[in-house]
Amino acid sequence: MKTWAGVLPRLVLIALLVAFLTNPNWFEPLLKPLTENNAPVIYNQGSLLTLTLLHLRTVLIATVAATIVALALAILVTRPVGAEFLPLSRSLVNIGQTFPPVAVLALAVPAVGFGEKPTLIALFLYGLLPIFENALTGLTTLPANIVEAARGAGMTGWQRLIKVELPLSAPIILGGIRLSVVIGLATATIGSTVAARTLGEVIIAGLLSNNLAFILQGGLIVAALAVLIYDGLSAIEHYTARRMGREADGG
Amino acid sequence: MSDLPPCGGDVRQDRGGRLAQTLLMTLRFDKLGVVIAIITAYAVLLAPFATFRANRIVPGSARSILEALPAALGPLLLAIIVGATIIALFKTPLLLRLAAGVVALASLALMIGVAGTFLTPAGNTFARISPASGFWILIFAFTLLLADVLTRLDLSPLARVGVLVVAAVAVGLLLVSGSWNDLSILKEYANRADSFWAEGSKHVTLALGSLLAAAIIGLPLGILCHRVERLRASVLNVLNIIQTVPSIALFGLLIAPLGWIASHVPGAAALGIRGIGTAPAFVALFLYSLLPVVANTVVGLAGVPRAANDAARGMGMTDRQRLFGVEFPLAFPVILTGIRIVLVQNIGLATIAALIGGGGFGVFVFQGVGQTAMDLVLLGAVPTVALAFAAAIILDAVIEMTATKRRVQTA
Repeated sequence: MKTWAGVLPRLVLIALLVAFLTNPNWFEPLLKPLTENNAPVIYNQGSLLTLTLLHLRTVLIATVAATIVALALAILVTRPVGAEFLPLSRSLVNIGQTFPPVAVLALAVPAVGFGEKPTLIALFLYGLLPIFENALTGLTTLPANIVEAARGAGMTGWQRLIKVELPLSAPIILGGIRLSVVIGLATATIGSTVAARTLGEVIIAGLLSNNLAFILQGGLIVAALAVLIYDGLSAIEHYTARRMGREADGG
Repeated sequence: MSDLPPCGGDVRQDRGGRLAQTLLMTLRFDKLGVVIAIITAYAVLLAPFATFRANRIVPGSARSILEALPAALGPLLLAIIVGATIIALFKTPLLLRLAAGVVALASLALMIGVAGTFLTPAGNTFARISPASGFWILIFAFTLLLADVLTRLDLSPLARVGVLVVAAVAVGLLLVSGSWNDLSILKEYANRADSFWAEGSKHVTLALGSLLAAAIIGLPLGILCHRVERLRASVLNVLNIIQTVPSIALFGLLIAPLGWIASHVPGAAALGIRGIGTAPAFVALFLYSLLPVVANTVVGLAGVPRAANDAARGMGMTDRQRLFGVEFPLAFPVILTGIRIVLVQNIGLATIAALIGGGGFGVFVFQGVGQTAMDLVLLGAVPTVALAFAAAIILDAVIEMTATKRRVQTA
């Protein structure tokens, strides 16, 4: 019963999003009052669906890269070989989080030029931090008796990592990935200030031509994507947490 | 028994062994040092130290350390870099590493200014000298060394703020002394000195003002959510959804309602409320700030031990006394963490206000991106990063101090 009440609004949201992306003209009457002087109601310099897919692609590439690097680093500093780097990596993560996304984006432009690349770099750097932090928490707060048992069973370090430590910390690591995806979805819109093709293009076109309908449709698509992806990843997280018998305690 | 040294054996051999051992100890590699050595080697050998451009937007040509500095100073800087790298490379005492990091960073900071003066042709006001990738990588490498030392020294919160103040004063002195005046970023500054400080104060006002408003509204709202469970989920949900709206969209969306208020509510326009400009930026930052403040207030109050509350009740405290005398002080470090998140986030987000005419350092960033003048981008980005960084260090120190004070008091 309870699950239906939770699922239904999401299904409606998905249906609305798909309908809007495939047939934006259906919604024209709704947005019409927001425009002035017969300005176009629906973004007309590119298909909303294409921009949404490009937006998602940018976030996906950046998140996958960030996950691989952050996870590798977190594994490294929690092994005896890299233990020396653990305190330093903690302070670096702390420092890194203070860098504003706009600054990262703008500073990446001289190095790689305009377009998708600076956006990918900014999203990658921004995505690293939550994943790294959560992976570190996951790998350093494993129940000692389980790790001991794995060692007692004669597992090598590598086997322990793959079969015990990573699966057990999976829910917490997923939590970090979820955070970084949601941040990435919003940050990718700023990427359009350096000419990346994302949904930010729609919002910026609206800001430049004073067209509220554009701003609203761009903003709402991103917000809907963020809510849906957040929920989807939360569900996966709860599922793995239940399977691992480790309730996700982090937000 | 067998591993005891033989009585009356060859003492000289024993001493020789120990000497070899200490020598081996001193020559042991530091793992981070190896990383730093690789980075500095790349920066010195393969990356340019400074860039020379004929004017502010043409592509530049690279200059190495030896090309960028006068005859005697180039080798001197190289020697300092090599020396500091060697100290970093082996396991050396912390204070020596600290000195190496500070000396290396200070000489880099001084020398880049010298390079600016040296490379600028006399009387040429169009030429632009800027630090190039090699310089930034070297700064990064030695900052890494310094960060590692400071982390290992495990400084007290006050000492960390002290380090921050010393660094800020050092940079301030370099700026005032004019030794950086021939660098491109300061040439951009010289052309815009007035607007730099105006936008800067707008930036700080936006970030701090919206934080203040969020604290005034958010704290009571958080307390209310803590007391009334039915309210909690819905308020937090709404605030969560606001966070998912991308910042540039939220800024844009507020233009319409605020424009309407300005033209329909008497006196609103006189207060400075307008559709574009500071007002929508302020409201957007305020809305983003609410979630961390409210959520951390709720979490902090929920974490107050039941025993403390029971004891307060048993002493006959009223609800209000309990709130201000017991719950609030105990939850304070957590609430402060929320404030820290908000402040750092606001300083960053305030750059976006420039897109809707709200001012702030973002003005330079977006102008610079538009003109592909990267020095102008830096003029906006560097102070923003510095402000966010300083705010994070100071608030972290305050949080740690309040948390430890509490622990000492309860112990």
